[in-house]
Amino acid sequence: MTAAVFFGCAFIAFGPAFSLFIFTIAKDPLRVIILIAGAFFWLVSLLLSSLVWFIATKATNAQDLTLQKNLLIFGSIFSVILQEVFRFGYYRLLRKANEGLAAISEEDGPPLSVREMAYVAGLGFGIMSGAFSMINTLSDSLGPGTVGMFGDSQYYFITSALMTLALTMLHTFWGVVFFEGCERKRWWVIAVVLCVHLMVFSLSLLNPFYVGSILPVYAIMLLMAVWAFFSSGGSLHNITLLWTCRKSNAETSS
Amino acid sequence: MGLESSKWAIIFLVCWLYKNVSCNSVEQKIYVELNNTVPCVRLLNATHQIGCQSSISGDTGVIHVLESEEDLEWPLSKGPNPPYMVLLESSLFTRSIMMKMKNESNRVAGVAVVVPNTSPPEFSPHTTCPNENTGVYSDNYGPNLAHCNTTVWNPRGNGLSYEEFDFPVFSLKEDNETEFIKQCYLDHNRAVNGSAPQYPLCAMQLFSHMHAVTNTPTCMRRNDINFSINPEMVCDPLGDYNVWGSIRPYNDTVFGHKENESVVIAAARLDSRAFFWEVSTGAEGSVSGFVTLLAAAQALREVTHEAPPTRNILFAFFQGETFDYIGSSRMVYDMENGKFVIDLDNIHSVLEIGQVALHSGNNLFLHSDPVSRRNNTVNDVVKNLVNNLQSSTAGLGFLLVEPNVSQPLPPSSLQRFLRAQPIPGIVLADHESAFNNRYYESFYDNAANLNLTYPSDLSPEEQLEFVTHTAESLTDVATVVARALYKQAGGDESRVNTIKADPKIVTQMLYGFLVSSNNSWFQAVMAPELKNILKPSPPEYYVGVAMSSTPTRLVQYLLANLTGAATNLTQSQCQKPDELPNESRQMYSYLWVQGIVPPNSTERDSFCVRASVRLTKAVSPAFELGEYASKDYSTWTESRWKFIKARIFLVASRDLEMLTLGVGVAVLFTSLLVTYFISTKADVLFSSTREPASAAY
Repeated sequence: MTAAVFFGCAFIAFGPAFSLFIFTIAKDPLRVIILIAGAFFWLVSLLLSSLVWFIATKATNAQDLTLQKNLLIFGSIFSVILQEVFRFGYYRLLRKANEGLAAISEEDGPPLSVREMAYVAGLGFGIMSGAFSMINTLSDSLGPGTVGMFGDSQYYFITSALMTLALTMLHTFWGVVFFEGCERKRWWVIAVVLCVHLMVFSLSLLNPFYVGSILPVYAIMLLMAVWAFFSSGGSLHNITLLWTCRKSNAETSS
Repeated sequence: MGLESSKWAIIFLVCWLYKNVSCNSVEQKIYVELNNTVPCVRLLNATHQIGCQSSISGDTGVIHVLESEEDLEWPLSKGPNPPYMVLLESSLFTRSIMMKMKNESNRVAGVAVVVPNTSPPEFSPHTTCPNENTGVYSDNYGPNLAHCNTTVWNPRGNGLSYEEFDFPVFSLKEDNETEFIKQCYLDHNRAVNGSAPQYPLCAMQLFSHMHAVTNTPTCMRRNDINFSINPEMVCDPLGDYNVWGSIRPYNDTVFGHKENESVVIAAARLDSRAFFWEVSTGAEGSVSGFVTLLAAAQALREVTHEAPPTRNILFAFFQGETFDYIGSSRMVYDMENGKFVIDLDNIHSVLEIGQVALHSGNNLFLHSDPVSRRNNTVNDVVKNLVNNLQSSTAGLGFLLVEPNVSQPLPPSSLQRFLRAQPIPGIVLADHESAFNNRYYESFYDNAANLNLTYPSDLSPEEQLEFVTHTAESLTDVATVVARALYKQAGGDESRVNTIKADPKIVTQMLYGFLVSSNNSWFQAVMAPELKNILKPSPPEYYVGVAMSSTPTRLVQYLLANLTGAATNLTQSQCQKPDELPNESRQMYSYLWVQGIVPPNSTERDSFCVRASVRLTKAVSPAFELGEYASKDYSTWTESRWKFIKARIFLVASRDLEMLTLGVGVAVLFTSLLVTYFISTKADVLFSSTREPASAAY
């Protein structure tokens, strides 16, 4: 659908992730490493789950479309579970690595707090998940045509980009919440994250009924944002502090 | 993971609804590739370029199915979403509509023509006066006869093939793909009650970018630029090979004038063309002529072995005659320069077979050149040839008549011989003045034009053997030609009535050249390594640039089988016959052919044919001499291209695209601002749980 749609969808899908990267991650090499390793972990989890799905489809009748659709749903649920397992695995790896990093770093104490690692790991998962979903669609959006010849909605590209944006941010928030829950030994958090992830997946099955899929997903994203804010040390008091700080700065400078 | 699975869910739902075979990419939801399209390509000559061109990244236009000539207003002026891709039925593919679109070509992105299975009443995209500048008639030679002043040979010609269009023109067949395109148009592009149609609209994109521009000297100069290891060629000269064979063989290494040698040349042309690239069928235009000549050659084989005539008979089949006489001008050039086995002075007379299949009434006509006949010697030989022809029709049910008025020769290879030297010659044709062929040089000049019909309950092999009316009438013409040639060559008069052409061979040739070339007879006469050129459809008669045209090969092997002799040589001996005492490669050509499959076996009975049949290069002398702007010789070249394809898809409105871009830019800037703000205030917003280092005392 031409360059305008390509750039528009690319900015929608990857704009926030890009801005998070350049302002919070790019300056610190350790964060970059953790980000890329997180992306790799997500990719491995997807590879293993797709292997399972691939074997299942090849072993069954390819013509039976309801069976294939059910296999796909099964494969996706398995993939969601595997992603959370790998998130947990990454948490354990980072904890072990943190002790080692603390030993060799110049300052006393670990160079990165668990909260920072949680955020970076979540963002890594989110970026890779977004890239994997969106790049293929983006490359097809460069051509002159748009989706719709066979009855699909013509808003396919925009909604794909919006969904990718939501999913990237959701992975980030899930990372924060998940690692905090593991730190505090609150295992119910892990279960809740898994359930929310499955809920988002099942909402996406409602496509192309975009009102029913995108709006609830964004609502869930906002809720997760609030939860992540509180679990990473934020509070209402901090927000009021921020507000008055700004006001007082404004008063003193004027 | 949600988006990935949503994509898959949509795809599988669509697959279930439409039962498509493989849907696993967004690209397949957007584009539908059109596979059965034929483009119109660019050809260049010394001064002009003709044909069609698209831009390098394809031309996209909103589809509009044209209903009538008045409906042209919509794409040309009234329609709100230019540029348009106009879809035409063949009845609307006329000169006036194409010229109107050519004039408004900024609103027309391209044209797609739907070619039906039934032919319209008449259609000829060629010019009204074919090859008018390279024939014999000019301001110096019969000026009142030049440029079709006395007789217009192709009055139905609208000259579309020789126009230049700067948008692509493709042809579509009447099949499921075209139905899909029309359905897409009806679903999305129809204007309701005069208001503009709503986006998304159905659009088509055509790719046919041609590399060559302006004219032949320009593109040949660009071919020669060699500042890189792989020079990019932009055009190629049209050409192929001429096929010639003779009753008495000639030594292929001895060129030039031969003392006391007098030859009668019997000529026909092999090629034809159409508006679109390569889809030329040339049934009446060329096939009728060369099939008759092949049958006459076969009829003469026995009698010339038993009672050889005084003069030699040379059968010549010229390629590229449609494009300013490429083949015949090359043969005349070779003869003039001592590069052919005989010389122009060795030629006694020429008999050319033109278009002979559409008799209206019971007459065929003998055309001759009035200017050369003013010379008494030439006139006497021509009159003698006319007598020989007219007396050969005894008992055959039609007459050969000379036209009443003094008129020029129709477009024929004989004109190139006359350009060099006044040679007596006759062109045999079924038309007295204007062509009887209503589809001259168009894609409708096919088997139906010759009324070639078979009963519907026959299998392909039975159709091959079935003798049609057309075959019978062409057989009679071949008999007349054979008898006249024998008499003209000074053969024994008493044997003339034994010469008869074989209707079975004629009907098999007509089937193979007009219906399906992959039949058992053609397979038997071809070489094993060439059997892949046989296809279930008729061959293409466009001369092309690859020097591997199917009709040339077929005629070469047919002429060899019909006039040559089967030998006992083995395959290795057939490739090296000079080792044997009585065989000589210089006198004959030795061809290993597949042969028929005997009834109780699966192996073919291959054998070696010895025949005096040769191929000579048929590329215009202009390219040998490097005179790319020549006015005397053909300078036709065909442009090169990278790829040619067509596809349809939906296009979205500009508003939606700009909205997407706007939302994207807004999201990017907002996120940049918010992130910057949060990251600078992060220490305030997020209370740290880490013990400050200074507290460790």
